[in-house]
Amino acid sequence: MSRYRKNFNRVFALVLFVALLSFTNNIFAQNGEALYKANCASCHRPDKDFTGPMLKGARDREPDKEWAYKWVNNVNTMITSDPYAAGLKAKFGSQMSQFNLPKADIKAILDWADAYTGDVKVIDSKQPPAEDNSLLFAILTLVLALVAFILLQVNTNLRKLTDEKDGVRRGEPVPFYKNKTYLMAGILVLFCISGYFFTDAAIGLGRMKHYQPQQPIFYSHQVHAGTNQISCLYCHGGAQDSKHANIPTVNVCMNCHKGINKYEGPDKLVREDGTAVDGTAEIQKLYEYAGFNPTTKTYNEDKDGDGRPDGAHEIIWTKIHNLPDHVYFNHSQHVKVGKQQCQTCHGNIQEMPEVYQFADLSMGWCINCHRETKVNFYNKTDSTTNKFYSIYQKFYNDMHPDSVKDKYGNKTYVAPKLDSVTVEKIGGTECQRCHY
Amino acid sequence: MSNKKYWQSFGELNQTDNFKQSAEKEFKEELLPLADLDDKGILDAKTPRRDFLKYLGFSTAAAAVAASCEMPVRKAVPYLQRQDNIIPGVANYYASTYINGGDAISVVVKQRDGRPIKIEGNELSSITKGGTSAQAQASVLDLYDMTRLRFPKQKDGKEFKEVTTFDAFDKMVGAAITGKPVVILTSTIHSPSTLQIISEFLAKYPGSRHVQYDAVSYNGLLLANEATYGKRAIPSYQFDAAKVIVSLGADFLGTWLSPVEFAKQYSSGRKIAGEKPESSQHIHFESSLSLTGSNADDRYVHKPSETGAVAVAILNALNGTASSFSDARLNSGIKLAADKLKAAGGNALVVSGSNDVNVQIIVNAINEAIGANGKTINWSVTSNYRKGADADMEQLVADLNDKKVGALLVWGVNPAYTYRDKEKFAAGIKNTVAISFNGTMDETTELCNYVIPAHHWLESWGDAEPKSGYYSLMQPTVNPLFKTRYFQTSLLKWSGSTTADYETYFKNYWMTKLASVDNYDKALQDGVVEPAAPAAAAGAAFSAAKVEEAKSKIAAVKGGDVEVVLYEKLSIGDGSHANNPWLQELPDPVTKVTWDNYAIMGPEMYKQYFKKDVLTDKGASDDYEVHPEKPVVKITVNNKSVELPVLLIPGIQKNTVAIAVGYGRKSADENKTGDYIGLSAKDAGQNAYPLVTFDGASNVYSAVAAIAVTDKTYPLAQTQVHGSNENRPVVYETSLAAYAAKPEALLEEITKERLEITANESEDFRSDATMYPDNLKEKPGIKWGMSIDLSTCTGCSACVVACTAENNVAVVGKMQVQRYHEMHWLRIDRYFTGSMENPDVVFQPMLCQHCDNAPCENVCPVAATNHSNEGLNQMTYNRCIGTRYCANNCPYKVRRFNWLDYTGADSFPDNQNPLIGVDLNETTIQMNDDLTRMVLNPDVTVRSRGVIEKCSFCVQRLQETKLNAKKAEDPSLIRNVKVACMQACPTNAISFSNVNDKESDVYKIRNVEQKHRSFYVMEQLHVLPNVSYLAKIRNTDREVAAVTEGKEAEKKEEKTHA
Repeated sequence: MSRYRKNFNRVFALVLFVALLSFTNNIFAQNGEALYKANCASCHRPDKDFTGPMLKGARDREPDKEWAYKWVNNVNTMITSDPYAAGLKAKFGSQMSQFNLPKADIKAILDWADAYTGDVKVIDSKQPPAEDNSLLFAILTLVLALVAFILLQVNTNLRKLTDEKDGVRRGEPVPFYKNKTYLMAGILVLFCISGYFFTDAAIGLGRMKHYQPQQPIFYSHQVHAGTNQISCLYCHGGAQDSKHANIPTVNVCMNCHKGINKYEGPDKLVREDGTAVDGTAEIQKLYEYAGFNPTTKTYNEDKDGDGRPDGAHEIIWTKIHNLPDHVYFNHSQHVKVGKQQCQTCHGNIQEMPEVYQFADLSMGWCINCHRETKVNFYNKTDSTTNKFYSIYQKFYNDMHPDSVKDKYGNKTYVAPKLDSVTVEKIGGTECQRCHY
Repeated sequence: MSNKKYWQSFGELNQTDNFKQSAEKEFKEELLPLADLDDKGILDAKTPRRDFLKYLGFSTAAAAVAASCEMPVRKAVPYLQRQDNIIPGVANYYASTYINGGDAISVVVKQRDGRPIKIEGNELSSITKGGTSAQAQASVLDLYDMTRLRFPKQKDGKEFKEVTTFDAFDKMVGAAITGKPVVILTSTIHSPSTLQIISEFLAKYPGSRHVQYDAVSYNGLLLANEATYGKRAIPSYQFDAAKVIVSLGADFLGTWLSPVEFAKQYSSGRKIAGEKPESSQHIHFESSLSLTGSNADDRYVHKPSETGAVAVAILNALNGTASSFSDARLNSGIKLAADKLKAAGGNALVVSGSNDVNVQIIVNAINEAIGANGKTINWSVTSNYRKGADADMEQLVADLNDKKVGALLVWGVNPAYTYRDKEKFAAGIKNTVAISFNGTMDETTELCNYVIPAHHWLESWGDAEPKSGYYSLMQPTVNPLFKTRYFQTSLLKWSGSTTADYETYFKNYWMTKLASVDNYDKALQDGVVEPAAPAAAAGAAFSAAKVEEAKSKIAAVKGGDVEVVLYEKLSIGDGSHANNPWLQELPDPVTKVTWDNYAIMGPEMYKQYFKKDVLTDKGASDDYEVHPEKPVVKITVNNKSVELPVLLIPGIQKNTVAIAVGYGRKSADENKTGDYIGLSAKDAGQNAYPLVTFDGASNVYSAVAAIAVTDKTYPLAQTQVHGSNENRPVVYETSLAAYAAKPEALLEEITKERLEITANESEDFRSDATMYPDNLKEKPGIKWGMSIDLSTCTGCSACVVACTAENNVAVVGKMQVQRYHEMHWLRIDRYFTGSMENPDVVFQPMLCQHCDNAPCENVCPVAATNHSNEGLNQMTYNRCIGTRYCANNCPYKVRRFNWLDYTGADSFPDNQNPLIGVDLNETTIQMNDDLTRMVLNPDVTVRSRGVIEKCSFCVQRLQETKLNAKKAEDPSLIRNVKVACMQACPTNAISFSNVNDKESDVYKIRNVEQKHRSFYVMEQLHVLPNVSYLAKIRNTDREVAAVTEGKEAEKKEEKTHA
């Protein structure tokens, strides 16, 4: 079963990767939906009130049509001066973060929300699993082996018959389970198979693919990143600045959950073992960690003077993705420079009610990707390429060779020696890129 | 030039058999017990078969347990509330100020995930200009010192008990000191806010006073300035403006006054550049061989008692009177110095390290006579580094013994150790209520009634005014680790101030001074507050009234056959850093000894007392040099004696013995030294402070002494001859005049040699001097390269400590250094050249040369070391199986092997304990404490036993720089790259950059600016190093390193004939 799932995951991740790549490439100013997902989705819904008010028809409800454009970029000043803003704060119990968006973007978002009808294209998770023929092959192999065995037996018997007919006397044939050839072949096959599994197990020591520990709070990425479309970087902002992606601090959770105190989503929360989870109870757990009283909607008082609400304490998560201490891995290198999607390494995380380790995080796995992945190599004519790579002048020349004139003065096209530069080409598989 | 001879030891000079043997054997180590097998048959061997099986069985079992299949469950704990400016995994940098006694260096502290882990110089400071010292670099480790006191204490009989709250402490102390005359005893303080708090406090306690006490005093200088300039202060010295520098025993590049500031200035005057290169000339007179003396262009020695006489002779020589010392060479030196000083037209400077007021008066008179006052001696800005008056301290000790002191508050000083008559101080302090604010249970704190430890400087707000008008601010980079409190807060509380604590006081003080929040924030961010334009240098009115009196007093000084001179080592200083393992293990640049102090003497004195001549007798030099055990002598001054091992170096004056202070820290109960003062300070050397005498005005750091030979020996851990270059030339030097006349002549010979071994009439040494041209990997993007200027490298060793801190380099302890197992990735090689009596010294920082055709790479059986396409010689610890073939094959001897588990990185937590005292010193326990380990750089792997390690060119910094450039999509940002040694260097001797970039420093140095000075060490091996050196240029009229092997042989013959 797991083999099915593995292959399914692989194919799915690939599909998803391509899908996401095409998504991100389409973010331009007028794309309201993309802008909404990048900026607003963590607190707003187009069609209903959420942590913040419903976006649909916002401009009609507000004091004037231009109000929203002022508000988004001046939250901190307007929250005290503007009565409508104060009213919103009273209603929702929290204050929106200030943004710095051009008017065109805000307009695009609100236009998109106004036109929203509800049929968001959700990535179809019910894709049929890709065909896996390995079982078929195995059965076929078995059948063929059986046929071969029978044929061999038949052959022996026939020979015996011809021998008898010809009057050649041979010793009593050895039954096949005593036949040394069969036995030797069997032992060899067994040795190879057990050797393969033994080596595989030894290599796998210390690797934790599919590691899926229970966490102190049943936090579903499926609900947050999948159904609610919260951008990964909203919580794991470190991924673009730091070597660590960082688990969000409790106050980041509370940004939304001050308002959302019940779980009413469409996804059923079920653990891997099939037990149902009460989402609302899990949110209550969060309140305990945060030192927040959901009935009064206030944080506990700080009576002991330690600078945080009384009773509040950090959430001790179980770390899933562990790299050995001698490995240096930097998220920002991969996310910001390499522009990799989170799913490339973490799997289709927005489908996971409980997170598990998707990749085996082995060195071979890293190296394979470094061998295949192309860097955003500098090209004079393309401003989206990374100018850093202009230092690799030699590769540039190999990719863009000058045309050569022959003795008649005719230009001949010279085929480029390189069509792209992989991470390996710039040293991405050398020891000291990851082991200092 | 090839017959110039450079040597590190007497054995190397004489080429003794033992030396040759030990040079062949790089690691002086008996191998596994199995090596005893010989040919005797397995059962007769010392280690029989059963032992072998035991080892085998244990290691198999251990491997099985260690590699257990269970993975540990790891936790990830995010903050409760996001900290505004902390992104876990990204380092923050805060400007602050390193303070130790009167020393102050503006620094930038690297803080990673809330822990300070590295100190860098603050480039905005116009005083230190981004330079740091070894002590400043190492001070971050003091923050995590196990012996730091963790809460306030109160004496209870013989022991101390905890005082649970600060309020209770305040109440107790308040009751104990109310109405009494209080003495506040501190080191030199130049923090304006603290001085103001002290004066406010003193006003509340009538009859009280503040005594500033410097462990190593500058009292003579202060008194002389008072006598001649009418100011009890120290001017700003401007070594950069001086064309001629004459130092009378002032170790201004190592320990004197403000070495980082002076090293910056000194190097700027000695940078060789341009068509007509110029350099200041440095003439040095001293008794021992100091770091500064080693850097001098011309150096002359005299007895310590003649210091004054030499000063007077220079003063007289300025008027044409020839000096008449029995040493003709000294006379010529005095004449040279006087001539050069006169000719410099005021652009000259004379400094003296003497604490004798008379000597300093004469030095002031010389400076006046040559017109330095107002040019290189700037009185418009004064230095505040040292303010202590020796007479005040004498008075205090007398008052203590006369029971005239109601209460004594001690902060930042340790007189029970550093004071010359510590017994008298210890007796006196019993007569008063003593309160200590020191951070550890040092000798003085132990004698106090109450202890309320103050914060470490990395935990503190604060300010400093090292020079008048130049402020440097301090801000905390970590919450106080322990229950400690500001010294200043205690004073505020006990004086009933309306300001509750020092944080508030500090903020108010600077808000008032800077007038706005913006200015305040900017000041904190910059770390310095300085005048917009530096004041023009100005002199002070000079009065010659005391000069004649000084001359007559100097004339009355009597010398002896043996004289002791006390000095500070640049690592340990006055002893306050004694428990810092990084500094203890830092080899002294001149003697190359770690972990101890010793009696330095010359071969002549050794011959006199031990009847052995190490210069001519090969047996004697081996006898002395080969074993770490050195003979111990007893040195007696004024009935106080100290027993120390003898350390021979050339170039010390023949009647002089030099001893470093700062060692021999001991608690009253010696068994508690480890707990109280520290495991690293324990057993390190002997205390030389008792040899200090007082002449009625100042402490005297030299004296006539008696030496008695003992039959004891004591091991010294020297790193000096641990690697040998086997007589291959590794340093090149010439005189300024010769270089200016014909720069290309300097390296003519190696250029010729290079062409000779290049095949096919080709001039391309790189690809045509090898049989395997094709295995040189191309460097398509970046090729890292380093250039080190031997002219400006002073050997100060700040880089060595910086490297240790940046790269988690292990401290191995004295026993391991004795076995040549020190781990430093970067070492400073010291070469002597010239005559035994007056050698020249060359310092050469030696680190992995990152050879493009590296000999280490092709001998590794597991490809654990290989080459990157950026020119790095990479070392992969996880692949390394410890064959050490690479170390064997490295011509530079820069690969270090982890013989033992120095770092606690092995799988078994307690496996070091059985080795303590056998193979490891207790310092390993200290370095592996959870608290101490907080200093580790999380980006660098901690190496475990059995792997080779070496300089990585700070690859973590290279990667970070590249990442930043990639994120910003701007390749020019690569030029911001700074490796740790380069950043720490106070003289900018090290440059590092991408040499594929034609705008980069190193490219320009090698190919344009310093084309004729740039050489590679042992280039003829065709290893193609990526580190180049710039030949040393001495500004001297002598023929540099003129003594060739042939001439020396002649000289020796003369000697035997005579």
